[in-house]
Amino acid sequence: MIELYAGVAINGLMIGAVYALVATGLNLIFGVMRVVNFAHGEIVVGGMYIGYGAWALLGLPTSVSVALAAIVMFGFGYCFQRLIGNQFANRPQHAQFVLYISLALIITGGLAMAFGPDPRSIQSAASFSVYKIGSLRVDATRLQAALSAAGVILALWLWLRFSLTGKALQAASQNIIGGRAIGIRIDHVFAIATGIGFACAGIAGALIAPLYDTTPYLSADFTLIAFIIVIVGGLASLPGAMLGGLIIGLVEGLAAILFDPSAKSLLSYGLLIAILLFRPMGLLGKRRAL
Amino acid sequence: MSGSTTTRRQVALGSIFLLILLLLPLVVDGYYQTMLTTIFITALVGIAWNLMMGFAGQLSLGHALYFGIGAYVVALMAERYGLSPWLGFPVGFLVTSGLGLVVGFLGFRFGVKGVYFALLTIAFAEFARLLFEHWDYVGKTGGLFLGSVKPDNRSLITLRGSATFYYYAVLATTLFAWLWCGYLVRSRLGYFWRAVRDDEDAARALGVRAFRVNLLAAGISAGITGIAGGWFALMNGNLFPESVLGMRVSIDFIIAPIVGGLGTLCGPILGALIVVPLNEIAKEAGQALGLNGLNILLYGTLLFIVIVAAPDGCWPWLANRLALAGRSSSKPDGP
Amino acid sequence: MTPLLSIKNLSAGYHGALALIKVSLTLNEGETVAVVGGNGAGKTTLIRTIAGMVPSTCGEIWFQNADITQARNDVICELGLAQVPEGRQLFPDLSVEDNLNLGGALKRSRHSRRQNLERVFGLFPRLQERRRQMAGTLSGGEQQMVAIGRALMAEPKLVMMDEPSLGLSPIMVEMMFETIAQLNRDGLSILLVEQNVTESLALATRGYVLENAEVVIEGRSADLLKDDRIRRAYLGL
Repeated sequence: MIELYAGVAINGLMIGAVYALVATGLNLIFGVMRVVNFAHGEIVVGGMYIGYGAWALLGLPTSVSVALAAIVMFGFGYCFQRLIGNQFANRPQHAQFVLYISLALIITGGLAMAFGPDPRSIQSAASFSVYKIGSLRVDATRLQAALSAAGVILALWLWLRFSLTGKALQAASQNIIGGRAIGIRIDHVFAIATGIGFACAGIAGALIAPLYDTTPYLSADFTLIAFIIVIVGGLASLPGAMLGGLIIGLVEGLAAILFDPSAKSLLSYGLLIAILLFRPMGLLGKRRAL
Repeated sequence: MSGSTTTRRQVALGSIFLLILLLLPLVVDGYYQTMLTTIFITALVGIAWNLMMGFAGQLSLGHALYFGIGAYVVALMAERYGLSPWLGFPVGFLVTSGLGLVVGFLGFRFGVKGVYFALLTIAFAEFARLLFEHWDYVGKTGGLFLGSVKPDNRSLITLRGSATFYYYAVLATTLFAWLWCGYLVRSRLGYFWRAVRDDEDAARALGVRAFRVNLLAAGISAGITGIAGGWFALMNGNLFPESVLGMRVSIDFIIAPIVGGLGTLCGPILGALIVVPLNEIAKEAGQALGLNGLNILLYGTLLFIVIVAAPDGCWPWLANRLALAGRSSSKPDGP
Repeated sequence: MTPLLSIKNLSAGYHGALALIKVSLTLNEGETVAVVGGNGAGKTTLIRTIAGMVPSTCGEIWFQNADITQARNDVICELGLAQVPEGRQLFPDLSVEDNLNLGGALKRSRHSRRQNLERVFGLFPRLQERRRQMAGTLSGGEQQMVAIGRALMAEPKLVMMDEPSLGLSPIMVEMMFETIAQLNRDGLSILLVEQNVTESLALATRGYVLENAEVVIEGRSADLLKDDRIRRAYLGL
């Protein structure tokens, strides 16, 4: 019995790490630009299709498709922000919302037209290998995804803390006027933030492509989960995104076996509502002006 | 162009438009009447949502909550208890506007603003959807079905009937709602709404009861949306949590007023006239060509073009062309 | 000799309301020029427009023989025009050192970053003690030092300072103005925007008075200090 719960908990934590990566990307975009990327889930699904496509068409392993997803999505995010997103920086909330929703619809529609609505899955020998830890069996692919996700988050955190561009991103998120006053190229910084945010989503997608059946319509779930994590963990807080991801992954995993599997999101939404009302800065976020 | 000439033009063109709508069922068949009724429902929710967003400045992304609950209330009362929708609609209005007040209260009381408030509304709608998907009483995911219309049905009592019946019924409802909202917007309340929308702190400083005013916007908006949901239930005869409470529903309903023009009274109508047929055509084309997702792609592209090229919506542009604009009514807050 | 900074008939504003109306101003190399005026007179808009953060509606801005009227903010900084913004505008959750280093990240200054940092610490020893502290936790005076230091890290030819004495204790204010005077003596040109009329005119060679978005008085600061209008309006005499 313990094993069942432990197994579920570990699975939940592992998928939570990947959720955390998705949330980290969303967090970065919001933290630097105060933009709510409603197309984030679609970017994840885009990454999943890159992962699937790389395997189906070229037989490439996950490690390569992940790198591919990262590059493609970074480029897409950078160009999108430079060409379109920056124009919307001073527009009202609803205008930004419509922009990102339209992007989401275009991506979903495009993917559905290109790949069809049927689920695509990656079947490979690697799909079935497991590690044994004590009496627990841990799915190898899942573990790899979790560790890779954690690795990317760590690398990103280090880059933000220690590189000059990373500090410029932090600066932009803390005081945009100050950034402009000292000659930081804000257009470029915003575009990098979006690029990295999209790349995180794309990488996460490529990592979980072997674990899920990929369909174009998964995106809504991902966007909403990412938001829940970001709000629960704390907007503009990278450790918060990590913590939030793990919590949500755990909560959903346990809820699935304690209650009805399809009711697992109820708890997550309940948590979201509670946090929004009582602690809107999230568990680890700081009180920050919107 | 003097003010009174513009007003006369407005009334004239509006009357012609209404006349056309009244006479259309004589020349088009049931399929088109149903599509037009869908346009009316979309316009109705658009007018309601626009009240909250365009005039009071509160972004709600979870209006499906009110639409769905309104639909279920009317349907349940008719189906489970045999109560005419003449009773169902008022109850639905009370329930949904009450919900709107609760959501608004929680949001405003706890200082949840802007994008956080929008996320809160999404959370509530999704929570309701999930709840309904697991609730036996409403049929869970299997849905709720209204009994078929009996041969001796008296439309004016059961409020169910032919496509033509729904056409006029929903048109009447939408017209009434439009007039009511037009009145509200031009009243002192509307003035307060705009003040709060433009600068809440300044409005408060001038003595506007922002909290109360916002709550009213939320409540009225929710109630009207609930009515629209009720009509949807009666028309369709079946309800599923996903089809009336889902996120897609929320998004669909706000696209029309944004495309049409936020903060204007005619924007939601124009928007519905553009968006609903486009969705239909895209769906048909997608099916005909065997391209799943075409309608979504076209939908997204339309939105993208509008928000980039005509961010104030299509109505201000059209109003200018038709010389309907007064000195400043091509901008938001106009007709 | 052409002035370092030359502004001709500049008008600018936010959202349709003009905050600057046909302002003309010159600053020669090595000078400190003061721009004084009350709240809302247009002083901050002037700085922001010069810096490329607010678009101008008409007029010209020339810096070192280059027309920078339409130039982007980062290009202007690269040319050697730095800013100490109103309210400091530091990055509160980054360290003092990070704040300074970001100021020196421009192409013109990045290769001498370490030397420039040493120079700033020499000017403000207290900052060296607090180099790893989060900028948001410093006192007002220390934050002002960081803001000035951050501008100096860009190796500017001209520094525009927007109300550096705002919110500081009298001792700090005196220290601030002494530092500014020292920087000018070392060869830095300074455009000083202030509400503190006495101190800034004492420091500057020439001054301009902004009122309701327009320049109403200009001249040598010694003359301005004796001008009756100024004495009545700003010095309460």
